[in-house]
Amino acid sequence: MGKTLTQKILEDHCEEKDLAAGQIIQCRVDIALGNDVTAPLAIQAFEGLGIDGVFDPDRVVLVPDHFVPNKDIAAATQAKVMRQFARKYAIKNYFEVGQMGIEHALLPEKGLVTAGDVVIGADSHTCTYGALGAFATGVGSTDLAAVMATGRCWFRVPEAMRFIYHGKRQAWVTGKDLILHTIGDIGVDGALYRAMEFTGEAVASLSMDDRLTMANMTIEAGAKNGIFEVDETTRAYLEGRALRPPRVFRADTDAVYVEERDYDVSKISPRIAFPSLPGNVRPVEEAEDIQIDQVVIGSCTNGRLSDLRVAAKILAGRRVHPDVRLIVFPATQEIYLNALREGILEVFVAAGAAVSTPTCGPCLGGHMGILAEGERALATTNRNFPGRMGHPKSEVYLASPAVAAASAVTGKITHPARVAGEESI
Amino acid sequence: MKFSGKIWVFGDDVDTDQIIPARYLTSSDPEVLAKHCMEDADPAFPEKVGRGDIIVAGKNFGSGSSREHAPIAIKAAGVACVIAESFARIFFRNAFNMGLPIFVCEGLSRVVKEGDVVHVDGDKGEITIEGKSKRFRVAPIPPFMQGLIEDGGLMAHVKKRLAAQGARPAV
Ligand code: SF4
Repeated sequence: MGKTLTQKILEDHCEEKDLAAGQIIQCRVDIALGNDVTAPLAIQAFEGLGIDGVFDPDRVVLVPDHFVPNKDIAAATQAKVMRQFARKYAIKNYFEVGQMGIEHALLPEKGLVTAGDVVIGADSHTCTYGALGAFATGVGSTDLAAVMATGRCWFRVPEAMRFIYHGKRQAWVTGKDLILHTIGDIGVDGALYRAMEFTGEAVASLSMDDRLTMANMTIEAGAKNGIFEVDETTRAYLEGRALRPPRVFRADTDAVYVEERDYDVSKISPRIAFPSLPGNVRPVEEAEDIQIDQVVIGSCTNGRLSDLRVAAKILAGRRVHPDVRLIVFPATQEIYLNALREGILEVFVAAGAAVSTPTCGPCLGGHMGILAEGERALATTNRNFPGRMGHPKSEVYLASPAVAAASAVTGKITHPARVAGEESI
Repeated sequence: MKFSGKIWVFGDDVDTDQIIPARYLTSSDPEVLAKHCMEDADPAFPEKVGRGDIIVAGKNFGSGSSREHAPIAIKAAGVACVIAESFARIFFRNAFNMGLPIFVCEGLSRVVKEGDVVHVDGDKGEITIEGKSKRFRVAPIPPFMQGLIEDGGLMAHVKKRLAAQGARPAV
């Protein structure tokens, strides 16, 4: 029986042969990731084993990003646990404040993940790296501890769903809009335990940043992983960046998919996820006139350079609405530096935005932009659960950076074309 | 595995931000987390939940983040087990790895009400509601995961393998 792309990568990493969906396998892991929230628990479990080192210090990656620069004493203590562990076991892929970024933007940028890899991370958005043609999935802290000890992880071989995108995108429509539309279509458990495989000429035309955004949100449909085929865009991105040579796998032509969905992207306008589920998606046209108090541009979903460029194009020469706080978070130090050099940060500051050092910050209601009771935010992040950005009675709408920038200017949810015309970049 | 207890009922898509809000994630101390368990779904829950109580929920319980703080908070709050129509993938994994018993049971959440007493018989694969005759089936647990529970969770399992095979065995 034909195998899906995900099954091919898993089969390459385990002893078991002829994998079938549902089977439980033990896989070799190429990269294991932890952050300042999840790693301390993993470290505690790891230290309980009484062994003298991690399976491979070059394959463990530790990124403080959730509550750093340290939000308070408790956060500082957690970050310290991780830092000391990295020193003790000579883990060189520990990225200190000032050199770091949000983990899922940082790992691809640093070339730590390459095509054909099996990557686990004690963070649900580890699925982001599927954009590079890797199998990547989120696990818990205890799983991370076991992988740090053994280099292996148990998985249930997933069934796959195939998503085919045709046609030409409308102006201002990005990867974010396509994935929001898809989650809106299948629901927040529409891909539960499954792999989401993306294909079609309309995704082939997407930049790597857009693909990373799409793979990032596959967990919001309950998926185990999301994955794209390797093509010229992938190769160009990995070239001169990936620390290990890419390995390209392809789905068999007779691969079995439990479900297939076809989308004509020319019919998809910018999309908004309404509170309080990422699957509660409607066209921007149905959201216009909703007043907002705060706009957040950033996160592992949409804090990359091309995201900032789109936002800056819309904000250039304009002002943030007086009733709105616009907060911008470049996702990594490199993105921050490039945005600085390109003059993008100047555009933001001149428009009246607050620009922050890279951090998860308000994305998870951590710090740097918490909402009060009854406040409403529009964010380029990936989750809008009740209380996600602060008070349990605050609201979060999700959208692309273009919609976010346009809405920051008008003070209400707005199609970017209304502010910046029909021509997107 | 057998449990009997008073139940607390929750709806569909209870996510990890409701189970343990991120604002408390600067701690991983079970006692601290227990004080805020389910707080954003029901602010009074940490006060009223009793040892041995059971959570019954709708579909996709535990969606969202990978935080193990969620099953830890539930376990530390004294909840004996969670029964749901379905679980989000990482929560499902974490619960087994942490030793919080969970059961997938279709239909139960639609007919129970808060305060009912349910009896869970994991061995027979059956759940009953006190005072009612209808029996609900529980999805079987895959053998590998039964092994994890028998060993007392993933770390105990790894430790056992380490002792049996020397350094760095396959888990
Ligand atoms: S930016 Fe948000 S979603 Fe991404 S890793 Fe940080 S907290 Fe998680």
